[in-house]
Amino acid sequence: METFQITVNGKKQDVTADPEMPLLWVIRDLLAMKGTKFGCGQALCGACTVLVDNEAVRSCSYPISQVGDQKITTIEGLSEDGDHPLQKAWVEHIVPQCGYCQSGQIMNAAALLISNPKPSESDLEAAMAGNLCRCGTYTRIKDAILTASQNS
Amino acid sequence: MKSFIPVFKTREPQNKSEVFIPSRRDFLKLGSLATGGFLLGVNFQCSGPKGELLTFAPNVYLSIDSDNLVTIIAHRSEMGTGIRTSLPQIVADELGADWNKVKIVQAEGDEEKYGNQNTDGSFSVRMFYEPMRKAGATAKHMLVAAAAEKWGVPASECTTENGQVIHAGSNKKIDFGDLIEKVKDAPIPAPESVTLKDPSTFTLIGKDVAIYDNKAIATGKAVFGADVDLPNMKIAVVRRSPVVGAKVISYKDEKTLAIPGVSQVVKIDGAGIPPGLDKPLEGLAVIADNTWAAIKGADALEIEWDLGPNQSYNSEIQLEEMLASTAKDGKIRRTRGNFKTALQGAAKVIERTYAAPFYAHSTIEPPAAIADYKGDGTVEIWAPTQHPQWARQAVAAALDIDYQQVKMNVTLLGGGFGRKSKPDFVVEAALLSKAAKSPVRVQWTRQCDLNHDFYHSLSAQRIKATIDKDGKISGWNHHTVFPAIGATGNADEVHPSDGELGLGCTDFPYNVPHIQIETHESKAHTRIGWLRSVSNIHHSFAINCMMDELAEARGVDPVQQALEYLGEDRNITFTEEMPGGKYENYGEPIDAFPWNTGRMKRVIERVAKEAGWGNALPEGQSLGFASQKSFLTYVACIVKVQKDTNGKISIPEVHYAVDCGVAVNTDRIRSQFEGGAQFATSLVMTSAITFENGKVKQNNFDTYQIIRMPQSPKKIHVHIVESQEKPTGVGEPPVPPYIPALCNAMYKLTGERIFKLPFGA
Repeated sequence: METFQITVNGKKQDVTADPEMPLLWVIRDLLAMKGTKFGCGQALCGACTVLVDNEAVRSCSYPISQVGDQKITTIEGLSEDGDHPLQKAWVEHIVPQCGYCQSGQIMNAAALLISNPKPSESDLEAAMAGNLCRCGTYTRIKDAILTASQNS
Repeated sequence: MKSFIPVFKTREPQNKSEVFIPSRRDFLKLGSLATGGFLLGVNFQCSGPKGELLTFAPNVYLSIDSDNLVTIIAHRSEMGTGIRTSLPQIVADELGADWNKVKIVQAEGDEEKYGNQNTDGSFSVRMFYEPMRKAGATAKHMLVAAAAEKWGVPASECTTENGQVIHAGSNKKIDFGDLIEKVKDAPIPAPESVTLKDPSTFTLIGKDVAIYDNKAIATGKAVFGADVDLPNMKIAVVRRSPVVGAKVISYKDEKTLAIPGVSQVVKIDGAGIPPGLDKPLEGLAVIADNTWAAIKGADALEIEWDLGPNQSYNSEIQLEEMLASTAKDGKIRRTRGNFKTALQGAAKVIERTYAAPFYAHSTIEPPAAIADYKGDGTVEIWAPTQHPQWARQAVAAALDIDYQQVKMNVTLLGGGFGRKSKPDFVVEAALLSKAAKSPVRVQWTRQCDLNHDFYHSLSAQRIKATIDKDGKISGWNHHTVFPAIGATGNADEVHPSDGELGLGCTDFPYNVPHIQIETHESKAHTRIGWLRSVSNIHHSFAINCMMDELAEARGVDPVQQALEYLGEDRNITFTEEMPGGKYENYGEPIDAFPWNTGRMKRVIERVAKEAGWGNALPEGQSLGFASQKSFLTYVACIVKVQKDTNGKISIPEVHYAVDCGVAVNTDRIRSQFEGGAQFATSLVMTSAITFENGKVKQNNFDTYQIIRMPQSPKKIHVHIVESQEKPTGVGEPPVPPYIPALCNAMYKLTGERIFKLPFGA
């Protein structure tokens, strides 16, 4: 067990954990922030996506020991009042069905818009290919990202 | 009361509680308890205008406070269909509530109080449309009466709107909240004195209403199964029998217990063979302080298994055997005319076999449940369950307590599709909390989920169809074989049940003079369950692909053929052609919910028109058609596929036409069809569970693939037919017709018919 100081949503926190513990479980179990979801444990579904220095990272497969002083952003920290352009677009398009994968979808889309603010449809599809939705909300996810990219 | 909702046999556990309908007696009983906070232990902290918050609760689904807050109970589980919004929307419409001032509270599992909570079979709206209307209308009636009396005007001149009672003549208005003192102890009116709204005055029913949890989900605040945190909660990860029926002989847990955070290893005794629909598998649970330690601890266990009789099971071999069996005479399940006559007079016979694999539900939220066994013989659970009452009963049986001692809180479900009907994972949490003497969350990993599901059954079919010398379809001989859901609880069930056959097989609707439907024996070597649309998945695939092939052989258009063979507009029945059997009609009496060929024809005509069926298409594009009524909802579907210059296949467009009777939430109807097309694309193109040496070969989404955004259908158009018929569900009906529509479109594009799913992307 080791103690790590990490920055999550702008707040510095100390956590004591097995260095191998994936960031997902640090966030969920040790910091009790439940917006980031567990889906596959092998970076295959994207439900656990968070931003690490503004890049999309599958937190289920990212050990705490690799975090260092990089800044972590979770769905809880994406905006002050849930008013990030993506969150507003998600609400406008009524994207979610069950909703479980949507934190990861939104965080992945946030990383996309940071690196590519006006993605083409094929850019968008390629960037979102790692995020599964079993309910099948893909058409609305796409519409919401395009709306957000126009409004940001 | 019992006639309210006949239960669909293949899906209901035995020992279910009696079906409930809110009766006058129940209204009265609860109406007399009209004090704040009795519903679900909700504490009303704030006070009303007079300093004291008063609550009017005319029935179990609805209460109104003197501060104008309307609280509606969602008693069905929310797994993505929108039901947590759609049923309250019905109550609110009849009440005349201000939707922006409606609070929705999830009911705990209590069927004696709320009625049926088994969220399954696309029947929530069908079952509760009328009760929800009455729940709202009763409250409205009382509020109107109170306001009318206050104003000295006839009640018949008053109505409700946006949370107020309104008297049109004098333009008087009063907030619901200001009437609570007057109505809270008033007698509940007789049901016959309560009138329902004229549908033309609906304000919420038939509209796009955003789901209640929309923003909570977009901000990560929505609470799913694994999100509940309790003080001192432990986490459990279980290594379960790799082969169904396997038993633990011995194990070594030294390495596990050496992992920091691991506190205990607990054996769970499994049911063996048959495994049962409501019991855990045999396994060893690792209890730890955090999920990571539990996962590592479970990996480190060294277990010696007695693998039992299923250890030689291979699903590809069983499929070959099942396919071979369909060439033999089977058990007759439906007969019309004499198929031999059709064969003798045939100008052409087409005979095909169809195969589909086991499918896993693979909800993105793997099963998880939290239990707090309190030591006084009671246990409190938080679970993403589709069937809270069954979960209560299964937990009670496992702990040997009364189900009244089990408090079942229902969280949001991160997908269900039938998986989370089964309470095995909830039972695990309860057993482990008792063993650990602390609250426990049992957390399934993706491998747990894919290896230990209740799978959609492996299936083989053979259809032999005859065309006579006049070019008419004269005979239809359909053989179907698949391990039955019932076999999971009773190994002697070797034929599909009438219920399973009524899902797209014995309800073959076409006017063919000679029909013979047969089943063959097969055994279950794993746990079989129900997956979104159940045996409609494989039946619709086979039937609609054969119909397309018949149209081609006859030189006719498949859409025209479907209309021709549905025949005149009329109600059709099947039971009289099922020797010793019964068409179950999804648990509804056939006279109350008839199979009407006219309604099916209208959706076929509509989808053909909307999709431009018959128009010339650019090079490299094709359309496929299919129609399938399921869960009492009529659906027709046209899928467009496209091959680009690099040979890459895509699905640019899908059209659905649907008649689900009265449409309650049009946005959620569309979303179910949009998602249904994606879900079905996975079934057709990418997903399969296979067994070797009794074990599932797929461990994660790299090998059990579901469709990703780049391969997903691009535009999905949903055309909802205006209807005043009784509403029926939309959760499952999108899946069955899409499967063969996609296959038929692929055939047009490639020239190759698809006889085995998945065909690969």
